[in-house]
Amino acid sequence: MPVKVMIPTPLRAYSGKQDSVQVQAGTVGEALSALTTQFGELKKHLFSDDGKLRSFVNVYVNDEDIRYMQKDQTKVKEGDTISIVPSIAGGSVVAS
Amino acid sequence: MATKTGVPVAPASMQRGATLSKEEILRYSRHLIMPEVGMEGQLKLKQAKVLCIGTGGLGAPLGLYLAAAGVGRIGIVDFDVVDNTNLQRQVLFSTTDVGRPKIQAAADRLRGLNPDIQIDAYETNLSSENALDLFKDYDIIVDGTDNFPTRYLVNDACILLGKPNVYGSIFRFDGQITVFGYPGGPCYRCLYPEPPPPGLVPSCAEGGVLGVLPGIVGTIQAAETLKLILGKGEPLVGRLLLFDALGMKFRELKLRKNPECPVCGEHPTVTKLIDYVQFCGIRGEEAPTTVTNIPEITPRDLKARLDRGDDLYILDVREPHEYQICNLGGHLIPLGELSRRAAELDSSKEIVAHCRSGKRSAEAVDFLRKAGFKKIWNLKGGILAWSDEVDSSVPKY
Repeated sequence: MPVKVMIPTPLRAYSGKQDSVQVQAGTVGEALSALTTQFGELKKHLFSDDGKLRSFVNVYVNDEDIRYMQKDQTKVKEGDTISIVPSIAGGSVVAS
Repeated sequence: MATKTGVPVAPASMQRGATLSKEEILRYSRHLIMPEVGMEGQLKLKQAKVLCIGTGGLGAPLGLYLAAAGVGRIGIVDFDVVDNTNLQRQVLFSTTDVGRPKIQAAADRLRGLNPDIQIDAYETNLSSENALDLFKDYDIIVDGTDNFPTRYLVNDACILLGKPNVYGSIFRFDGQITVFGYPGGPCYRCLYPEPPPPGLVPSCAEGGVLGVLPGIVGTIQAAETLKLILGKGEPLVGRLLLFDALGMKFRELKLRKNPECPVCGEHPTVTKLIDYVQFCGIRGEEAPTTVTNIPEITPRDLKARLDRGDDLYILDVREPHEYQICNLGGHLIPLGELSRRAAELDSSKEIVAHCRSGKRSAEAVDFLRKAGFKKIWNLKGGILAWSDEVDSSVPKY
């Protein structure tokens, strides 16, 4: 079923500059897999080499953290919003 | 978890019979006539001690509003010097402050705004050695820093000392705000157990921030700090507030305390401050592959060759919006597009690649050499070095 995945600003460079992407999925894992199939470069930013979600990237279904649900097996239904929320550190943002 | 009792700020030190002068009553009259603050709340503010880490984009509105509100003792920590690029968002500073230590300029400004409060200025780099000592005298710590090592340091020190940490961070148009370290609430490591490896942190091509964004986020941090002191309202505990300035939207996500958190969990493994630079920087397999053995040309040598009339092809790998700021007349192919646009380049020609500082173009040269380009150099130090060494009319950014 169609669910919306919200892409945060730091990762939009890898999602064709889109702030959200519609995918077909029944679980969070399927949604992220559909997303990284469509946008290959997102993969290394979301998953480590062993395929685990990176520890500085959190994923929410609506307002719930999937770590406290069924992780990538968490079911999604039509109209749900999946949010990818990476850690950001800026306060005075010095360009390197 | 979140209660309305507030953190016990200034419990022991609360002086019985503390009062406001006639001048203070006039200054704070718009607080005093609100029942949520009133005389009791204003005296709590006067007794409160808040430490602000950083006087940059977030620290500026934070310091100004806390000082204006009459927070009796405000500590500020920074070690930087005001420069021209700060003025776009760090509203504590004036153009005449450029070159001054931030801490001095900030302390002057805050004392000018409210001479009745105490400003403690610490011109120091917050570290594992000094953090606990600095934090222990304050009721609330507000994190307005700009890097991961300090974020984790501030978090851990707050948890070890049992102090709330009013957190805000920003990136381009996005902000994240919450209160960590509140009794029973989550901490930063519950949210993000580990920082991103250095190689995945956005580069200067993707950095930048809308000037007003830290103003909004820092002001929200100030509001949360005042609420904690007053013990009023619903503190931003167990909730991560996301702000998107482009869409002008606020969203809220649930934050849970992780029972397995290494710092605030049931069986903590971090019981003292660690080396946070190492924690954030060198973590084995994910350390960035630094590009080495890249043939380089200095700006002066490039200039000499161009003046001789050598047929050099200048390749600019920055972004189009950077090209508009300044350029050397080069052919623009952003680094991210290089792999699919390499066919536009003629490998029989001599090519000099450049970016802003030389980092992205080093990656470009490395990529093209692996693709078979033999006559290619990286402009050492990028367009910044060109401006310094060859043509000072080229603006730096």
